[in-house]
Amino acid sequence: MQNLNIYASRLVSKEEPFAPGHRACIGCGEALAVRLAAKAFGPNTIVVNATGCMEIVASQYPYTSWQLPWIHTLFENSAAVASGIEAGLKAQMRKGTLPQEDINVVAIAGDGATLDIGLQALSGAMERGHNFLYLCFDNEAYMNTGIQRSSATPFGAATTTSPAGKVHAGQLSWKKNMPEIAVAHGIPYVATACPSYPFDLIEKVKKGLAVKGPAYIQIMSVCPTGWRCDTDISILLGRLAVETGVFPLYEVENGRYKMSMEPQKLKSLQEYTKLQRRFRHLKPETLAQIEARVVEEYENLVEKAK
Amino acid sequence: MGRRIGIEVSIALADAVKLANADVIAAYPITPQTHIVEHLAELVAEGELDAEYVPVESEHSALSACLGSSAAGARTFTATAGQGLELMHEVLYVASGMRLPIVMAVANRALSSPLSVWGDHSDAMAVRDTGWIQVFTENGQEVVDQIICAFKIAEDHNVLLPIMVHLDGFHLSHVIEPIEMPEESDVCEFLPPIHSPLTLHPSKPVAMGDFAPPVVFTEAKWAQEQAMSGVKKTIIQVWDEYAQKFGRSYHPVECYKCEGAKTLLFTMGSFSETAMSAVDSLRAKGVDIGLIRLRLWRPFPFEEFRAAVKGVKTLLVLDRSISSGGPGGPVASELKAALYNEADKPAVVSFIGGLGGRDITVDGFEQLITDGMRIAASGTDKEYEMIGVRE
Repeated sequence: MQNLNIYASRLVSKEEPFAPGHRACIGCGEALAVRLAAKAFGPNTIVVNATGCMEIVASQYPYTSWQLPWIHTLFENSAAVASGIEAGLKAQMRKGTLPQEDINVVAIAGDGATLDIGLQALSGAMERGHNFLYLCFDNEAYMNTGIQRSSATPFGAATTTSPAGKVHAGQLSWKKNMPEIAVAHGIPYVATACPSYPFDLIEKVKKGLAVKGPAYIQIMSVCPTGWRCDTDISILLGRLAVETGVFPLYEVENGRYKMSMEPQKLKSLQEYTKLQRRFRHLKPETLAQIEARVVEEYENLVEKAK
Repeated sequence: MGRRIGIEVSIALADAVKLANADVIAAYPITPQTHIVEHLAELVAEGELDAEYVPVESEHSALSACLGSSAAGARTFTATAGQGLELMHEVLYVASGMRLPIVMAVANRALSSPLSVWGDHSDAMAVRDTGWIQVFTENGQEVVDQIICAFKIAEDHNVLLPIMVHLDGFHLSHVIEPIEMPEESDVCEFLPPIHSPLTLHPSKPVAMGDFAPPVVFTEAKWAQEQAMSGVKKTIIQVWDEYAQKFGRSYHPVECYKCEGAKTLLFTMGSFSETAMSAVDSLRAKGVDIGLIRLRLWRPFPFEEFRAAVKGVKTLLVLDRSISSGGPGGPVASELKAALYNEADKPAVVSFIGGLGGRDITVDGFEQLITDGMRIAASGTDKEYEMIGVRE
């Protein structure tokens, strides 16, 4: 990926299926990620959106930010709704009531809708092998309802339901490893991405759409509101998440791991955490403990990719 | 005309879904609905029904997948019961709010706890207000007929609402009955292919399920309610068409030996047939009794109900569920509400029974009627009578 030349940007579609004009907060990494992903979808795509930031950002009646057919139903069922759409299209095309063509079915959801409440529906859909792409926009908490912890919230981060107090210092559990859970389903394509690396993200979304069967991509989506950081450093924080090993970029094609980006040496965790007030209460020894686990997990991943 | 065969009602129901040429069936197994989806899975596996069978991991996902497939324009069917219907609960509102013509069979079952797989109407009453059209069936023939009608009603462009066809768990779902299965060609003529006005397709992008701020939410609900209150006309029309083609007629409210009766027994579902035998027996003994059966539960047929009980002195109502801590029987309380503004209204005596698979025999109904007439004559301060409780 480091070798992508400066012309790559010219190859990116000029179409904006996720139209300009929406209600996201200033500096929203997720809106940027959705815009980049949508460029990769192409016009023959149906989008299923779980309840969450992006549904609120993009869909207040009578407006829509989507130039694609789009449906939102509930918080936890986007994978199941996508399963139904895929099955409905398949049956109608086979019976000749719809013309035969390739239509992408993409489900998008936040980390709460994916790692927590929607995990069962997602697991079922992946197990059944529906031909669809699932994108999890991971901003590491329930941001839409006001910054509550999810199982994607990193250890030690303060949220309104994992506050830093006299007894507990923020989130008490380690981030659930959802990409590994997806890999364990034996699906053809799993990846991580971040809009700070736009060409990589677009490429992975295209790959996810191209495979036959389920594909899962978890996309780090910096959230200045929830992370308590400046609104002009979303791209920088996304890069630091990757460069510190907190959110490694990799892909797993048919079970084969491949790192998308390997920093020569991981940056210190503090470079990342000091810019976010959700970590400001952490003592140096806690940070060291977190860093040790980040490095260990990163090294394990690199080992798998060898 | 079709062939008359002896067949389990669940299997006949699945065969009716085949006759309707459903495109997608998404379902999770739950007693006593299981035979329906098992047989549909077999029909798909054998190539007798060209449909996608989506074996989901929960009822929540079953109805969610149905939402997706119906939104994509496919003719969609599912079946559930009891706890499964409860797990679908929040999705039920979405399906009706989105005006998706999904057809669902509900093999009525009691709700935990204590755990019971057997039948009553608790599950149906718990989803009373979800915006689905709801029809209660009496026997296997009606189940088959109503499933075929359900697709035509739900998919009608004046309706576009999801529909539940209720059949009593075990009491109806698992019995073998003589049923006349309609000919496929006749069903084809009666039921045109589905053509939803708005579907998810890239050729014409639409947004479905946007969030509604307070300034439009009320209007959206009002529009849905207006659609619901208008569907009775279409339902009656479809049932009339069905009667012309297949010779069996159905009405929102039906009376049995009601002529001149001052006391009427009110029932819903398959117990109505047992109640008819009790009415026959009591009539033979000179008791002035008739039976009124409700087929269309939602939208509630106010006009037909009021007309049917005009001049009646006493209405004995059997509920097969409890509105706990409230008025007792949910159906009886609705009937009271429907009669409240009538000048000359019958006294309503509310009975609750037949819970969690407890049978009510012909003798049981005779007892209920005798007790009810006595209570009506002497008056009572109890909101309802619970029948068959073993002390």
